[in-house]
Amino acid sequence: MMEILASEWTKMRSVRSTVWTLASTALLMLAIGVLLALAVAGSADGPVNDAEATRVSMAGVTFASLAIATLGVLVVSSEYRTGAIRTSLMAVPRRLRLLSGKIIVFTVVALVACLASSVATFLIAQAILDGPALGEPGTLRTVAGTGLYLTASGLFGLALGALVRHTPGAIVAAIALILVLPQLTNVLPGEWGTAVHNHFTSNAGLQIAMPVESNPLGPWSGFGVYLAWIAVTLVAAAVLMRRRDA
Amino acid sequence: MTTIRATSLTKRYGRTVAVSDLSFDVQPGQVTGFLGPNGAGKSTTMRMILGLDRPSDGSVLVDGLPYQELRHPLRKVGALLDARAVHGGRSARNHLLAIAQSNGIPASRVEEVLALVGLSEVARRRIGGFSLGMSQRLGIAAALLGDPEILLFDEPVNGLDPEGILWIRTLMRELAAEGRTVFVSSHLMSEMAQTADHLVVIGRGRLIADTGVAEFIGRSSQGYVRVRSPRLDEVAKLIEIGEPHDGHLRVTGMTPLEIGTITARAGLPLEELTFVQPSLEAAYMELTKDSLEFSS
Repeated sequence: MMEILASEWTKMRSVRSTVWTLASTALLMLAIGVLLALAVAGSADGPVNDAEATRVSMAGVTFASLAIATLGVLVVSSEYRTGAIRTSLMAVPRRLRLLSGKIIVFTVVALVACLASSVATFLIAQAILDGPALGEPGTLRTVAGTGLYLTASGLFGLALGALVRHTPGAIVAAIALILVLPQLTNVLPGEWGTAVHNHFTSNAGLQIAMPVESNPLGPWSGFGVYLAWIAVTLVAAAVLMRRRDA
Repeated sequence: MTTIRATSLTKRYGRTVAVSDLSFDVQPGQVTGFLGPNGAGKSTTMRMILGLDRPSDGSVLVDGLPYQELRHPLRKVGALLDARAVHGGRSARNHLLAIAQSNGIPASRVEEVLALVGLSEVARRRIGGFSLGMSQRLGIAAALLGDPEILLFDEPVNGLDPEGILWIRTLMRELAAEGRTVFVSSHLMSEMAQTADHLVVIGRGRLIADTGVAEFIGRSSQGYVRVRSPRLDEVAKLIEIGEPHDGHLRVTGMTPLEIGTITARAGLPLEELTFVQPSLEAAYMELTKDSLEFSS
């Protein structure tokens, strides 16, 4: 397995799209968080409360999650687009081992990059807002949770890439599932509709970073629900990858 | 020792049968040509050998095992399917390094194969900018990375210039001479006549012939070698089966190599020794005419 990880790491570090998407993720976090912090600092009458200051600094999470999901998609779909997947499978014919290798390398890279982005953004924004330190209760969870949510979104992209095997299709699916459909579920009627809305992908996942009062899911249970969505997609992708011709 | 064994190999896509009940063995130490018209099922068969496509029926074993069960497959089997199927953004070196790492092949081997195929100078360049000839060389470098006993090439000379074609032909001959198994597909009889020792001919996914090239040539009534020499009379005496034709000799049933060896032993100079192909093409056409997917 170490051999496969080394190989996947070489693949990942040697294409420009990795640098672009990781840079976009960091830039979206920083730009949105810092701009919003400046706006809030300029318009607030008094000191901003700690929870609000933390929230403001992490405001870029939604857009950044699409950038990292794009990288996740590309890790798999670019191999199908070019046909390089056949070379990869000739080298590692056990398909689930290949997929596992990709998942592990991507998760480590994404986790480091996403945590670094959210911590850096937090520190800069709080310097502007004169906000809380990273160690404050609740603050650390929000900032680290943002990094975790972003990483999970990247994995969601990877799973969709492996399922759809087609770059634009998988990116559209990622945008739909992470950004569009969670909003649309708001119009579902009744108690059942509300439950769907609360448990739908990012509505649940964001409870760890940007909790919504009306959602009964806690930070970690919400994130757990998001991980379950991702796990189901990954299992579907793995089953199809084993079965389909390359 | 058998290195590739297909047994009743079958691949269906819905109602279309791409490969049907195909059985053959590929032996080491020779170039085996895998011949058939376009759409005959050659690439599908190659992909099944490599575990990329799953047979609908039957099996294909590599050294007695299904490909998926080889531990470090690239150290056993090297293959060039489609030279353009690479990520264009990667450098040649990184492309090969990723492949090498996955099979525990040392990074130093990457430099070796790059030198072997003449790509050391461009190792740091992005593959996307490579010409077809360079891509083909890179694909062969990847196939040779694990120093494999078995090599598969799918239509390796397609789109290459004469220099590239000659290079690949020579390489395949050398690899076979080292005792390796070389299995190469082509839709051109003329190409196979110059490279292969043995032929597996398929049409519409079915086996048509599994025979030595010499027998295949022998089977064809019109195949001949054209021999010219300033001492043609002596050559004609030596090659008894030759028929004189104005100014040259037509020899049926012998290869140029056999004729050349005989005349060389006798110290006779030759000014022309040409294998005249239309007959072979004709034999091939004859064999596969019922199996062409689209006939005009």
